[in-house]
Parts: sequence; structure tokens; C-alpha cells
Amino acid sequence: MVNAALPHEIEVVERIQESPTIFTLRLRFTDPVQHAAFRFEPGQFNMLYLYGVGEVPISIVSDPEDEKLFDHTIRVVGRVTRGLGQLKARDRLGMRGPYGRGWPLKQAEGHDVMIITGGLGCAPVVSVINYVIRRRDRFRRLIIMQGVKHSDDLIWRSQYSQWSKLRDTQVLVAADVGVALWPWHIGRVTELFDQVEFDPSQAMIMMCGPQGMMRVAVDHLLRRGVTEDHIHLSMERNMHCAVGHCGHCQYGGKFVCQDGPVFSYAEARPLFGIQGF
Amino acid sequence: MEAGFLPRAWIQALLDALHRAGYRCVGPQVRDGAIVYDTLDRAGALPQGVRDRQGPGQYRLETTASPRYFSWANGPQALKPFLFAPHEVMWRAERDARGAIRFSEIMPAAEMLAVIGARACDLAALRLQDRHFLQGKFADPYYAARRKNLFLVAVHCTHPADTCFCASTGDGPRATQDFDIALDELDDGYLVQAGSDQGSMITAQLPLAPTTDAQRGIAEQEAQEAARRQTRGLPSRNLRDVLFANLEHPRWENVAERCLSCGNCTAVCPTCFCHGERDVTALDNSHSEHARQWDSCFTQGHSYIHGMTIRADTRMRYRQWLTHKLGSWHDQYGRSGCVGCGRCIAWCPVGIDITEEARAIGGGGGHG
Repeated sequence: MVNAALPHEIEVVERIQESPTIFTLRLRFTDPVQHAAFRFEPGQFNMLYLYGVGEVPISIVSDPEDEKLFDHTIRVVGRVTRGLGQLKARDRLGMRGPYGRGWPLKQAEGHDVMIITGGLGCAPVVSVINYVIRRRDRFRRLIIMQGVKHSDDLIWRSQYSQWSKLRDTQVLVAADVGVALWPWHIGRVTELFDQVEFDPSQAMIMMCGPQGMMRVAVDHLLRRGVTEDHIHLSMERNMHCAVGHCGHCQYGGKFVCQDGPVFSYAEARPLFGIQGF
Repeated sequence: MEAGFLPRAWIQALLDALHRAGYRCVGPQVRDGAIVYDTLDRAGALPQGVRDRQGPGQYRLETTASPRYFSWANGPQALKPFLFAPHEVMWRAERDARGAIRFSEIMPAAEMLAVIGARACDLAALRLQDRHFLQGKFADPYYAARRKNLFLVAVHCTHPADTCFCASTGDGPRATQDFDIALDELDDGYLVQAGSDQGSMITAQLPLAPTTDAQRGIAEQEAQEAARRQTRGLPSRNLRDVLFANLEHPRWENVAERCLSCGNCTAVCPTCFCHGERDVTALDNSHSEHARQWDSCFTQGHSYIHGMTIRADTRMRYRQWLTHKLGSWHDQYGRSGCVGCGRCIAWCPVGIDITEEARAIGGGGGHG
């Protein structure tokens, strides 16, 4: 019996500071055979283990076809992530995964793809953006909507500018608070929906971020005629085991770690936005 | 597979046969005023004539003149701790001077364990724990290691407590499956039935007499009487729709005013599976152990994610527990997560009664 609880040794190949509190670790298994066997889908996550401190679920942001390395972009929010932030190239850590259900990228082929994120919600979907761009002819329009609290929180800033220059691509960025020379909207990202050009009957929506932001976005999209099963959201819940055993990530009859983290709105709707679930 | 009648004087033969087969026996014994399962080598240690008085927030033992060993309903502890350990180290990480980390799993010793006196409600709960820990996408090897070597001697329940309601959940009082041996306890001995090949191997070694129609009649009558004596019950076996349609029912606030959020109900519940994981590093930093421990959805940390708690107050936590146990469990495991053992009623310090709350919120009249 495979012990899904047991981590494997991996090493940091490169560490990139994205913002004062956000960093990316570029990783590989120390065992080349394990590395070669590792497969994931955008939207899935790994459990990263920092020696002596503990484990934390982090989504994978790199391209699934990158055979050399896999990347995690992490914000310092607690004990484990603070420690992970201090790792340097060649440092070792533990990892098990990938876990959960990722984004419906096959289903999205031939559709307008709209990516809506708030805060570090961008991490789980930046892999989707890159995935779509690298396979551009399989998809129709690409719409990227990113909201942050403060303009300083926007990581990959130059990438947003580059993405906005691509054909059939629309980039809408907003910050609740913006400093001078902020080229994008001041306010909430959901205020930009009127500017979005897309075909509601042929769109696949993928969103991630605070529940309040997702609620406003869902309501708008449903009004525009997008169906519930074409709206997908990545949910965040406490997770310890990642294999549907520990019960922390329960969302009604679902385990976010296994049945999600990506759910269609049709699946999430019965309890979506109800405090306490 | 009815095997025969075992006079009470010969019950030691059952323990001896199990010992010969390599099992450590655990059976009911009185410890600190409660019936608990503990290592059992001598039949004389069984709680003869002991019965329990249970009510909301109450559990008391009393002695009667009955010669029976199993004239009680249940103690605080179910089969759960034998398989899903309250605390266990899962793996160890060792880091060498160059920073390399080596992981090694720490599996439980493969002990052959025989439990004497398992109740139908607890066997039903065991089936649910099997579903949860063994039959999903990832099987839990720690649970599996213990489960593989478990031998179950069920005793059909004839003494339900006032808190029991297994008849309404369909899980008792008679054990119908998943035992190796089942016993009907009569005043002078036991009707012995084997439920597995391993069980037959043990019953074949017992000095059994043929059973009589009268003995079988008494056993049947006592089982029916045990079901009839249960005064509590859940209003329906599937409360999912009605509970989720009533998430804003005022009763949630009412129960939250009484509930201490202590988590006792989840600790004694034979189907609750929540646990937390944490790491403990050796003082010399030479290794670190990753362990898991029972957790409860009534704690603040249970639903914590960076910077917020999904269930910040008791109202939301009780609602989570009840809507999961009686509601969304149907989505996950095809049935309710409640087997009617009534422990959560007896061991709740303030006597909150799941059947009463379910009735108040889920309809069906009753209190509230």
C-alpha cells in the first residue's frame, strides 16, 4: 500500500523574490526517477514540508509540460511559509502530491477563457494563463482580470503589460489603493466587467480569490448569461492530510482537497457564500 | 453459521482459544466508574451484573444481581481508538549535516487484537470508518494495518440505555454483519454464532452444546424488547435536505447558547474521523516526527485558514457537526454518519441531545 502521507525529498533550484512578501520556489525531486514520474494539472497543489516545522498546501504555478522544474509561488502568512521563504538554492525540503482536481482546461478548449483573480488568488491561475498562451490556437479570447488591495501587491507586473499586447487578449487590473503612475483601475476588479468583451455562451470562467469578490463576479456572469457549469472557482480551506481523511477542508459533502480545490459554480452553489461552510 | 450454546462457566474457553490463535483480547471492564475495553485474560474480570444508567449529560454504573457480563449498553469508548489511534506518529524526517532529509514511515506494530463485546452500533460505525479510511482514492495504511488483524466478538445488545436509538437508525440492537463471532447472552450462557472463517476456527474449539428452541426464543424476544425499549429516535434516516433547508433556523442559536464547544461529542462519536497533524522536532534537531491526533470541528483551529476562521462561533460549529453527521454524510458515504449509540448525548457536559436537536431543526414535532 502506497503511503500517501509520506513526503519525498525535493530541492530548491532557484528562489525568486516576487514582492516583499511573495516569493517563488523553483523545485525538483532529488531523485531523478521520481522527478521524471511527476505529473500534475494546473490548479492542483502539493503539500510542501519544511523540516521540523510542518506541511502546507501550495498550488503549482508552472507549466505541466515543463519537465525540468516545478514552481510554487508563496506568500508569507504563517510559520511554515515564513520558513519556506528563507530557503535558498540547494536547500532541501519535503513534498507530496499532486493533489486535488485542477482547472477544466480540456473543457475550455474552443472557448473564451476568462480568468478572474483577487489578491494572491493569481497564483493558482497564473499557470492557466501561461498554459493558454503557450497553446494559444486551442482557445478563443483570453481575458485576464486581476484585483489587488494595494497596487504594490501586484506581482508579475511586467507580465500583465506583456499579456495585454497579445492578440485576442484583454487585461484588466485594479487596485483598491494605487500609488502614483499606477496605469490601471483604482477600485474593485469587479467594477470592470462592463469593459469585458467576451461571448457569454462560449466562455469558460476560472476564478480564485476572496469569497466576496467571487460572489460579485459570479452574480455578474450569471446575469450576462454564463451557465453555472462554465464558471469555475478554486476554494481555499484548512487542509492537513490532502487525501480526504482529516476532515478540515470539509465543504458540505465535499472535501476541498480531493473533490476540489477547483469546483464548478454549479457544484459549489448550495453552500457558496453561506457563513460557516 | 450458528455454532451452539456455551455455558457461562465456559466463557474462558473463548478467551483461551483466541489467545492460542495469537490474539490479545480486550474486553469490557470497569475503570474509573465507566465500562472501558482493556486487556482481558480472565473472564472473571468481565463486569458481571454491572449496568449503566445513561441520560443527557449522565453516565452512572450500578451493580445488580444479574449473572450477565454484558448487561450494559456502551461506555464512552467505541472501537474507533483500536483502529484510528487518538495519537500516532506517522513518519519521521532526519536531516544530516549536509542538509539532506530522509523520510521514513512509522507503521503500527501488527498486533492481532480480539475485541470482546462489540455492539451492533459500533460495528456499523466501523463499516463507516472502513469506508472513510480504506475505500477512498487513498487508503490509510495506519488504519489498514490495525484493521487487518482485528477479530470481533459481537454481543447482541439487550440492555439499551435511555440514550440509545440504534433501532431508529437501523444499526441495532442485533449485530447482523462484520463480526467473526456473535453472542446472544442469556442468564446461563451464550448462543454462539460464527460470522467468518476465522470465527468458525475459534468456535470449533469451544465446548458447545446444541441450542434449544427455548433459548433461541428468549434471545429473539430480548432483542425485540431491546428495540422496543428505546424511547429516543431520529425523525428520519435521511435528514440532509431538511437540515440544509434550515440553515437559518433559530434553533441553531438556541443550541449554541447551551453548547460549550468542548468537542466531547466528537471524541466519543464512533464515526467522527477528524484529526490534525503536527510536527515535533527532537531537542538536538537530529530528527522531527510528524504525528496526527484526533481533532474536533468544535475547535477554533479546525477551520482556520491564514487570517480567518471559517466557523468563528459555536452556532456555526454545532451546525457544521449536525449538518455533516446527519446531512452531508449521505453525499460522502451514502448514509447518515449517526449509528444511534447515544454517546454524544450522555457525554455532553450540558446534556445536548442530538435527537432532540434534529427533531427541532429537521421537523417531526417534539421539543423546541
